[in-house]
Amino acid sequence: MKVELTINGATHVADVEARTTLLDCLRDKLGLTGAHAGCEHGVCGACTILVDGEPARSCLMFAAQADGYEITTIEGLAPAPGELSVVQDAFCETHGMQCGYCTPAMILTAHSLLSRNPSPTREDIVEAISGNVCRCTGYGQIIEAVELAARRLAGSNAAEDAR
Amino acid sequence: MKAAAFEYVRPVTLSEACAILRADEDARVIAGGQTLVPMMAMRLARPSRLVDVARLPELAGIADEGAAVSFGAATRQLDAEKSTLVKIKLPLLAAALPWVGHRPTRSRGTVGGSVANADPAAEIPLVLVTLAGEVEFATADGVETCAARDFFTGPMMTALPQDAVLTRVRFPVWSGRVGVGFHEVSTRRSDFAYVSACAQVRFENGVCAQLAVGVGGGVPVPTRLDAVAQALVGTAMSDADIDAALEAPVAALDIMTDHYASTDYRRRVARELAARALRDARDAAIGAAA
Ligand code: FES
Ligand code: FES
Repeated sequence: MKVELTINGATHVADVEARTTLLDCLRDKLGLTGAHAGCEHGVCGACTILVDGEPARSCLMFAAQADGYEITTIEGLAPAPGELSVVQDAFCETHGMQCGYCTPAMILTAHSLLSRNPSPTREDIVEAISGNVCRCTGYGQIIEAVELAARRLAGSNAAEDAR
Repeated sequence: MKAAAFEYVRPVTLSEACAILRADEDARVIAGGQTLVPMMAMRLARPSRLVDVARLPELAGIADEGAAVSFGAATRQLDAEKSTLVKIKLPLLAAALPWVGHRPTRSRGTVGGSVANADPAAEIPLVLVTLAGEVEFATADGVETCAARDFFTGPMMTALPQDAVLTRVRFPVWSGRVGVGFHEVSTRRSDFAYVSACAQVRFENGVCAQLAVGVGGGVPVPTRLDAVAQALVGTAMSDADIDAALEAPVAALDIMTDHYASTDYRRRVARELAARALRDARDAAIGAAA
């Protein structure tokens, strides 16, 4: 079956089976491999994308259900090729990743948190990423990254860089 | 693993959905899919057909009905959580919603889906039973209503016919000033609850005028403890009153066990969480009345 999806502002058409998850469609049909396949049954969060701005697990949606939504993947966050968003940059600077498997999902989750809550407490950050498993960092540097990104975004004329 | 092959259909009306379900007994309803999709990925569920009801207009919207607030079954849990109407009129549900899965599952998971799925650890069914709400569903024969206490028949089992679409979930609204409490214990934040407990209380002239308390998680179906309400209405709900009222009803609970938590542990936690929920509700009700 054909599905028409809006991803990072562009329209994509893919030919999928009904049982193709949105995650597999992104990775295998559209070459958007930033959404990672971990458990593929909703427990690890590695496949997190944004659906209308809210984090969602792309392994728990079939591609056939996903038309009509604004889907954002990690590929859609950087303002221009070769650049990084403020949140991505903060993850680099604080070493908010080791193997990187959880990283796109962590960054999208943080991006969504900061767009609804520009000055989150540490508890808000912990709560926001509580559905994302990281097996490397122990989470400390990830939390620091989100705190750093929040501070940067709060700085003058930085708001637009979040996009 | 990947799901087995199935056919995907998205009817545009409720009656069309009901007709499809009647014609194919292996068809399953999908809305948010936050439980069904993992079950399919593990091949514990192999529906022939998925009937996507998420965009049916009949299943949309949160309605203020005065004495109740009702949710179209396809209302996203996150939309319920963000709703001002829910915060004001259904404070107990508002307290429970942040405990439902994680935000990334609440953004897709629906209020009706949680009720239809009837996981004993689920928070929305617990609040629904505790507040004595009701469930509405449609089949090809028409619409029916079922009281929450009759709807949940066992773990993951309900009175919903195979060919029915759950359409609305209705929670009674208490008038006056109420206080609520919600507590839960699980391995990790937002994991399946070993035990959860919730309470809603209304005070008048320094005594408890109305009370509902329920326990979920460790029991086959969410359970409302009516005997506790009978014992506490008319009292000032001292800590000692609460403990005494909980003793026999909690001892009588049909507690389940598994390799995570024993029956004894769950019963002790149930008693403690119910007491905390009642104390929180009492304090909030007194504060609200002052
Ligand atoms: S791959 Fe989707 S939650 Fe693990
Ligand atoms: S950096 Fe390796 S899983 Fe998070």
